[in-house]
Amino acid sequence: MERRWTADVQTCPRENPIKLGESLTPGKRQPNPVNTLEYDTIIIGAGMSGLAAGIRLANYDQRVCILEKHWTIGGLNSFYRTGGRNYDVGLHAITNFTPAGTKKGPLARLLRQLRFRWEDFELSPQIGSAVVFPGARLGFTNDIEFLKSEVAREFPTQRDNFQRVLAELTDYDDLTQENFGGSAREFLNQTISEPLLVEMLLCPLMWYGNARENDMDFGQFCIMFRSIFLEGFARPFKGVRLILKHLVRRFRALGGELKLRSGVASIQVEGDRAIGVVLENGQQIHAKRILSSAGIIETQRLCEDLTETQPALAGQLTFIESISVLDRQPKEVGFPETIVFYNDSDQFHWQRPEQGLCDTRTGVICSPNNYLYSTEDGNLEDGIIRLTTIADFDSWTHLTEEEYLRQKMWWYDRSVASAVRFIPDFRSHVIDTDVFTPKTIRRFTSHINGAVYGAPEKRLDGTTHLKNLFLCGTDQGFVGIIGSIVSGISIANQHCLREA
Amino acid sequence: MSPAEIRDEIIDILSVIAPDEDLSNLNDEQSFREQLELDSMDFLDIVMELRKRHRIQIPEDEYSALASMSSTVQYLAPKMAEI
Repeated sequence: MERRWTADVQTCPRENPIKLGESLTPGKRQPNPVNTLEYDTIIIGAGMSGLAAGIRLANYDQRVCILEKHWTIGGLNSFYRTGGRNYDVGLHAITNFTPAGTKKGPLARLLRQLRFRWEDFELSPQIGSAVVFPGARLGFTNDIEFLKSEVAREFPTQRDNFQRVLAELTDYDDLTQENFGGSAREFLNQTISEPLLVEMLLCPLMWYGNARENDMDFGQFCIMFRSIFLEGFARPFKGVRLILKHLVRRFRALGGELKLRSGVASIQVEGDRAIGVVLENGQQIHAKRILSSAGIIETQRLCEDLTETQPALAGQLTFIESISVLDRQPKEVGFPETIVFYNDSDQFHWQRPEQGLCDTRTGVICSPNNYLYSTEDGNLEDGIIRLTTIADFDSWTHLTEEEYLRQKMWWYDRSVASAVRFIPDFRSHVIDTDVFTPKTIRRFTSHINGAVYGAPEKRLDGTTHLKNLFLCGTDQGFVGIIGSIVSGISIANQHCLREA
Repeated sequence: MSPAEIRDEIIDILSVIAPDEDLSNLNDEQSFREQLELDSMDFLDIVMELRKRHRIQIPEDEYSALASMSSTVQYLAPKMAEI
């Protein structure tokens, strides 16, 4: 199926650039041999983190330019249109949902920092989700009390142990990130004596934010646990594009400049500092500092002073997404849940497929229809069920074009056949499908290996080998829509605002 | 600016940073952190707004002076006297 991209986000007119080599006195203008532009901060990548950082800096009067390689914004959290229908790329749910008026937590923090009202994001909460393993099911909602009751029902001996897990988690401070390292599995095994419960708790947390294979950093575990189980899921009726449009509009209103189709070819270096970038079209842009959301290794590769990078440290976890459009609402085929995380054995395997293009033993099934939308909005016209399956990047990229299209159809069938062991079989109601693969994810995110959650080793303080080059976004540490936005804000605050 | 005007300015900054807060009953002696649940990012915004509006530089090791309304006004009074 040919994919057509929405083109409603265009580059904005250039504002505020100062040309180097130009005299301030008209009439005595010097020739401008290098044709460079000068900014306070260049941001690489117009995803959630780059846009959020841009808003912070532009709000405090910096000249900011965001450079986006792709022809649309959003990165992993982008959107597209095909066959007359709108789809989100990465979005299943926005995590970290807290109700209006909540003062604590990442959502409240980002709204304050970016000067948005809670209502601006038009978030509707989830209906209810579940983790399903053979013979065991844990339902959860945006109210942790329900999950507690589910744990007590399914694992009566673990009621107090689960309470102990909760007590340990609430002490974790995601602003200081102390004790980030350490094994989440080890922590859970010491606290919970029923191995199946450990696997069932890890399953959704790893699916929605773990770049590391098999185990999870303790800090990442705490962040994900809070974002999913203690806070919760929500979605704007209009999808992720609503949030992106708010961010882009605000950034431009503050005088920020966004350049699409402007891939960075290299970061220019003098001594221990970055001085600017060269775009793929040869244009040079200078800045006092650079903030990159491209990823750790991806950013290193751009630096002209580094001849060797360590691709072995790149992330490995990537997915295919099988999207089914139904002839009715998903609840009418017996799928009322917002999200179901399934695994077909007692052991949850979170790793790159050892053989073949995909590993269908585990998956995530979700529906954008199954949220508590307002009565004015009603529900989405199309019934949609999305299914995510672990995939192997290399296998997908080494196919011929013909074989690629064939494998997409084959793995759609295999993945859905695996999923309908855990939810009612909806296949007779499918009227349209779309599949995207690790190649698609790579195109949107530019992440090596199409690794959705980036590299396993995060750079929590955002620093690099250069004094004025910083990292934000996935490889800084926070993931998800809210996490990425907070990442952009916190790195902009820490490294780009104070000294300005 | 007089101390009373500085206080009004800080209230205005707080209303930008935390638009949902009712600031009419703010206790000047109690910390912002306790009353408004401001975190370190919010305190940075107070500093940045003062810089943006009045070009006042506050070194990072003096942020603690902004703990409550009364300590903030006391700290800013000499810096903003000429404004």
